[in-house]
Amino acid sequence: MNLSLGPLLYYWSRDDVLAFYGEAANWPVARVHLGESVCSRRHLLRLPDWLALAEQLAAAGKEVVLSTQTLIESESDLKTLRKIVSDGRFRVEANEWGAVRLLSEAGVPFVAGPTLNVYNPETLAVLADLGATRWLPPVEMSHATLAALLQRAPAGIETEVFAYGRLPLAYSARCFTARHYNLPKDDCQFRCLDHPDGLALSTREGAPFLTLNGIQTQSAGVYNLIGEIPALRELGIASLRLSPQSRHMGRAVEAFRAALAGEDGAADRLARVMPGPPVDGYWHGRAGLEYGGGQPC
Amino acid sequence: MSLDLVCPAGSLVSLKAAVDNGADAVYMGFRDNTNARAFPGLNFDEAQAAEGLRYAHDRGRRVLLALNTYPEPESWSRWTGAVDAAARLGMDAVILADAGLMRYAVKHHPKLRLHLSVQGSATSYEAVNFYREHFGIQRAVLPRVLSLPQVENVVKHTDAEIELFGFGGLCVMVEGRCLLSSYCTGESPNSAGVCSPAKAVQWKDTPTGLESRLNGVLLDRYGKDEKAGYPTLCKGRFDVAGETYYAIEEPTSLNTLDLLPEMQKIGIAAIKIEGRQRSPAYVAQVTKVWRAAIDAVRKNADTFQPTPAWQAELNKLSEGQSHTLGAYHRPWK
Repeated sequence: MNLSLGPLLYYWSRDDVLAFYGEAANWPVARVHLGESVCSRRHLLRLPDWLALAEQLAAAGKEVVLSTQTLIESESDLKTLRKIVSDGRFRVEANEWGAVRLLSEAGVPFVAGPTLNVYNPETLAVLADLGATRWLPPVEMSHATLAALLQRAPAGIETEVFAYGRLPLAYSARCFTARHYNLPKDDCQFRCLDHPDGLALSTREGAPFLTLNGIQTQSAGVYNLIGEIPALRELGIASLRLSPQSRHMGRAVEAFRAALAGEDGAADRLARVMPGPPVDGYWHGRAGLEYGGGQPC
Repeated sequence: MSLDLVCPAGSLVSLKAAVDNGADAVYMGFRDNTNARAFPGLNFDEAQAAEGLRYAHDRGRRVLLALNTYPEPESWSRWTGAVDAAARLGMDAVILADAGLMRYAVKHHPKLRLHLSVQGSATSYEAVNFYREHFGIQRAVLPRVLSLPQVENVVKHTDAEIELFGFGGLCVMVEGRCLLSSYCTGESPNSAGVCSPAKAVQWKDTPTGLESRLNGVLLDRYGKDEKAGYPTLCKGRFDVAGETYYAIEEPTSLNTLDLLPEMQKIGIAAIKIEGRQRSPAYVAQVTKVWRAAIDAVRKNADTFQPTPAWQAELNKLSEGQSHTLGAYHRPWK
């Protein structure tokens, strides 16, 4: 079982992005997902910049995967998608079924991302037949359901599980960050740049609940399966996805490496660098915001 | 044919109300979590479905069956059983979201007409054409996230018929890509066929106002003169950076009556009315207004104007008594 760095879900300055991946080149991750998967208005890095970064990380020994936009709305979104598919140098993660169509037509192997809604082995078989070599279950899938699915999974496809980070929960045409600033989406003034880990949303009694990240809504709680590594191993999971955060990401990755190596104290070290309260309800088949078999975070 | 009126049937009484008031087609679900309105007391068993089909077919109308949740491995056979039942009963189409289930339907019931559900989250013609090429879907229902010019671009690049939501509850998130309800309650439209399930709702009168909670999470607190709506998660008031407001969406619903001429012009095949969970009286009233409006557009799209009476009637029925054009009208985004 190895570690994957998920796509960067937030909008950071160009310098911050380059510095982040400069460090990531030295982290103990086997694989790095690059590209803008949330909002087409985010343009500080354009596709050629991502591809240049991909070359650098590949030269540093990382497997690079280009992750596509989850919500495709316009012809220009499709244009970017076609460029990603036709580049051909790197494997591509399809985050919606239009990308699946283009990748299967191109006859190239691909990764089936977590928003394709693979809830059963029959759908996974459809994707495997089209060329998927790795897949991610929806983040809401429980251990029990994943175990049942994998019993009948097609041969030769690897499973990666979202194992750390704020959970991507929803996508919208509307930008909730722009809405917070009373700005129209088309003139959002790129306020996401001011919120490198999203904008916290809490209930009217002050309980952390969600995180607004442009058109994406995330959990406030940080999903964390570091304590489930034995169960994940038993299922034959090939890879754990760690989702980028703006601070201490290297230490989070290091904690997972230590946990995989069976070293003591890894979970405690991770707890010290988490950007929010832990949640793991989904894994146990309960409400996502629950943690440790009990109360909401 | 364009602008088919597709109306919700949560029960046999609603089905008859929709047919009697001019629906071209009705859509229904079975009485379990194989559809995205798995509410207690709602939906059809096989005998009722057969009766509904007879009622509609005798009057030249069609019946569509929503099987639009995502089957999980432990209960896969419930969904394939529902597809088999749809074929046996003579449903005019099944509305599916799951690719694996589509493959099953094509293999076992090649004559069964397939529609891609809004829960399939297809927002581009590439995605729609994927399902058309691989499973022969005849129609796709688009999520409520595209502007009308974006919808037009989809229509231009696919042979599949395109169906749009015209009226009723407004999902602000891409359907099929929203886990907010499962994050809060453990149940979501994708996996359990419900959003913000009634059994997780709690109401409480407190000194600071009437509180609505979902699985213990405070969704809103209402002052004395405020009208409290059903606590749908995305329509609550929350705190963001010290401000309390409808951070995701106001309690409003979708009404696209004004856009009907344009929808006809760009070649929309069908308009869907949301609301299988609403009363037969609601279904009757909404169907009646939309029947009249679609007939008026077909007669003369250039001079079409929604009448004040139609709008007043629809406003009365809207959630929160207000409505929006949603994403079809770009500034809403």
